[in-house]
Amino acid sequence: MRTDRLVQGLFVALLLVLPAVLAPFYVTLLNYIGLYALVALGLVLLTGVGGLTSFGQAAFVGLGAYTTAVLSTTPELPGWIAWAGASPWLTLLVGLVFTATVAVVVGSLTLKLSGHFLPLGTIAWGISLYFLFGTLESLGGHTGITGISPITLFGVVLDAGEKIYYLIWAFVMVAVFTTQNLLDSREGRAIRALKGGMVMAEAMGVDTSRSRMIIFVIAALHACASGWLYAHMQRFVNPTPFGLHIGIEYLFMAVIGGAGHVWGALVGAGLITVLKQWLQDILPRLLGSAGNFEAIVFGVMMVLVLQRAREGLWPVLKKLVPVKAPQKTIDPAADTLPRRDLPTAGEVILEARNVTRKFGGLVANNDMNLTVKAGEILALIGPNGAGKSTMFNQLSGVDTPTSGEVLFLGKPVAGRDSREIARMGMSRTFQHVRLLPTMTVLENVAIGAHLRGGKGVFHAAWRQDRAEEARLLKEAARQIERVGLGSHMYEEAGSLALGQQRILEIARALCSDPCLLLLDEPAAGLRLKEKEALGDLLRKLRAEGMAILIVEHDMDFVMGLVDRVVVMEFGQKIAEGLPDEVQRDPAVLEAYLGGV
Amino acid sequence: MDVQIALMLAQDGLTNGAIYALLALALVLVFAVTRVIFIPQGEFVAYGALTLAMMQAGTVPATVWLLAGMGATAALIDGGLALRAGQTRRLVGVLGWNLGYPLGLAALLAALPVKDMPLAAQVLLSLAVVVPMGPLMYRLVFQPIAAAPILILLIVSVAVHVAMVGLGLLFFGAEGQRTPAFSDANLELGPLMVSGQTIWVVMSSVVLIVALYQFFERTLYGKALRATAINRAGARLMGISPSLAGKLTFFLAALIGALSGVLIAPITTIYYDTGFLIGLKGFVAAIIGGLASYPLAAVGAVLVGLLESFSSFWASAFKEVIVFTLIIPVLLWRSLTSRHVEEEE
Repeated sequence: MRTDRLVQGLFVALLLVLPAVLAPFYVTLLNYIGLYALVALGLVLLTGVGGLTSFGQAAFVGLGAYTTAVLSTTPELPGWIAWAGASPWLTLLVGLVFTATVAVVVGSLTLKLSGHFLPLGTIAWGISLYFLFGTLESLGGHTGITGISPITLFGVVLDAGEKIYYLIWAFVMVAVFTTQNLLDSREGRAIRALKGGMVMAEAMGVDTSRSRMIIFVIAALHACASGWLYAHMQRFVNPTPFGLHIGIEYLFMAVIGGAGHVWGALVGAGLITVLKQWLQDILPRLLGSAGNFEAIVFGVMMVLVLQRAREGLWPVLKKLVPVKAPQKTIDPAADTLPRRDLPTAGEVILEARNVTRKFGGLVANNDMNLTVKAGEILALIGPNGAGKSTMFNQLSGVDTPTSGEVLFLGKPVAGRDSREIARMGMSRTFQHVRLLPTMTVLENVAIGAHLRGGKGVFHAAWRQDRAEEARLLKEAARQIERVGLGSHMYEEAGSLALGQQRILEIARALCSDPCLLLLDEPAAGLRLKEKEALGDLLRKLRAEGMAILIVEHDMDFVMGLVDRVVVMEFGQKIAEGLPDEVQRDPAVLEAYLGGV
Repeated sequence: MDVQIALMLAQDGLTNGAIYALLALALVLVFAVTRVIFIPQGEFVAYGALTLAMMQAGTVPATVWLLAGMGATAALIDGGLALRAGQTRRLVGVLGWNLGYPLGLAALLAALPVKDMPLAAQVLLSLAVVVPMGPLMYRLVFQPIAAAPILILLIVSVAVHVAMVGLGLLFFGAEGQRTPAFSDANLELGPLMVSGQTIWVVMSSVVLIVALYQFFERTLYGKALRATAINRAGARLMGISPSLAGKLTFFLAALIGALSGVLIAPITTIYYDTGFLIGLKGFVAAIIGGLASYPLAAVGAVLVGLLESFSSFWASAFKEVIVFTLIIPVLLWRSLTSRHVEEEE
């Protein structure tokens, strides 16, 4: 039996028993912890994993609560929505749809902007919605709405704390496990790349705007469900629990518990709720006046946590329980992923026609022409400042030429975003290594295969993606073995030496099954043996029909490997030909050695 | 609505707009130099106004004890560092500024008949209490995590705001305060009555903005801050200390905040938590300027002020909703004009 499953099982068993042994007061406290944990869990996904944040989650909770409150207490609903008044389960559905719609609208306004606009936008929208709840007559103003019916489940009316307890914690546990499942999947890897790996993820074909939207909507839906449960537990709603200061408290829970960890949400919600209860009891007596002084303690605590232990409490607690997540297994029996048809050897894959790129008065590339054919390795060399990197950016579609065009498989590259280019079969490595240091080598490489899978969030959350996942991981493992990193497969990518990280990037690029490989200084930082191994690998790829373009400084490495060389200086091509010819070319010798 | 009402509303809007403009400038400045989105800006407004009100009520303002507490903590940290490094002179400086100043100020406040002193002196004393909290806050809260991502700085900033609001309630109580006007004069401009306080607010804002402009254009420290805003690493290599830049920026932000509070306290009743909403409106203005442009932020501030005063006439219940919803079209416009995938810092 896996120890992690055992501990989780014990936890669930404990949850089941608690109401029988605890006083009603504590059951109520646990109910609140569950409700808050549900919201905090959304924030773990959004903030801790995705690097986005929202102070407006309380407003989403309010949307869920008010939707069900209005629908289940209005005596005569308009015809088109009348069906929803029949049961709280229907109002949950309406609430979720409504919340998702609002989240998509708010998200599409702010998610494209740099990360801090989203939290600012959510502060503003949190305040607006709170005032709206308080002023709209139809929502009962500041007095709120009373007389909300309890939820009925399988004929049982959940009208007492210890009854709805099970429903609340069922929601929490489902949310915990689906979130865990999601993070351990193809979509999950894309989500985990959002924090610090967006440029890389886009180059591997991940639509990062979509991934950001997904986690924002999921977080909103968790909050909405919590609001729905709250409304039917309390049986009345008013605007107070949906204000901005509660939204801030939700974020505190996630951060203090450990924003990057699913179980951290539960720890944070539990700690803050209990602490709040205690402080509300003790502080007014201590300070001699009434007021929510616990805010002072929470504020100071947050500052200290973020200064001293930014990962929150969960990583500390985790050390106390010796549970190790099992290593991923590669299923050798999984189907091999289908491969694209490689073009026949000699066919032109990439062509630059009269490419000129000017930055103001500086001409970085002037009238450059080059072609890369299937089954050949082309090297682009030149002294520092010759314009190689600019040329590389034009070829890979990161930048757009001032004039001239770049054709990949006969289609212009300009104007396409990097994930479209990736889909067409161009894959690349980066001059400055871009990988996710805390993920394993296997997971990093598997991001390369993103476009070769198609299972989405729902399949991932409910584990309906395992066959595809096995295929993706098998492919990633195959590429890792192929580049010679097999013994490091389960190590954190950040622990590899720089040279190995460059090799990892090649494996990741190969994982996307490209027909053209663009390598930016792949041999930098490699030892001799590693260089030889890399050379052998590239030769093997060439024999399979892959087209490869290398930008490189290491002449020994280049000259013994490539088929043709293009030499640049001052933004222009000064020579092109076989390695031997180029080495004897007087213009090249002058560029490198300053005249002979 | 007739012309007279419109003019009156416009006057209100411009007055508030002038304050929002000041706050927006401070927010843009703090963000540019330290990457901190300075949510507690509004608390300095409330602290400034309510400290003044406490002095006028004849009590020693409780904020001076917060200042002393922050100073003591800083003295403990920096004094310990100086002691370990064996720098006696630095130790004296650290203790003098962080312990001597707050305690001396407290003694002064207790000894002087502050209640009966002229308004100008009371205002100066209030600033002397509240403004040093800015650099101290930077030292205690933000300097240890100066290199953290923007998101972490933002969350910390919100945490500081939460703590300060709680402390505000403790210091000032739940009652609102209004201080007497700087001048009782009224000016008649055609059909319009302009109150003396309005003129004070607008003139002070203009003077402050011009002074800040001169500071950034003409003084070495101003240029050092500008350099830090443009390129932190480069400025550091040129010998500009990032912690000095941070403290100076927070000093300016606290000064602007406290002064704004003193200026509007005669116009609006200030509660311990009023500052947040006022500060957020400065934010809406700053966001209009993309958290980067000073002139755009100032224009945005006037726009926010006008929108607020006119919407309080037409739909007073929805005033806040309308003002805060204003950032949605702004964000939309910003969203449509940027389409680049970039790495966050």
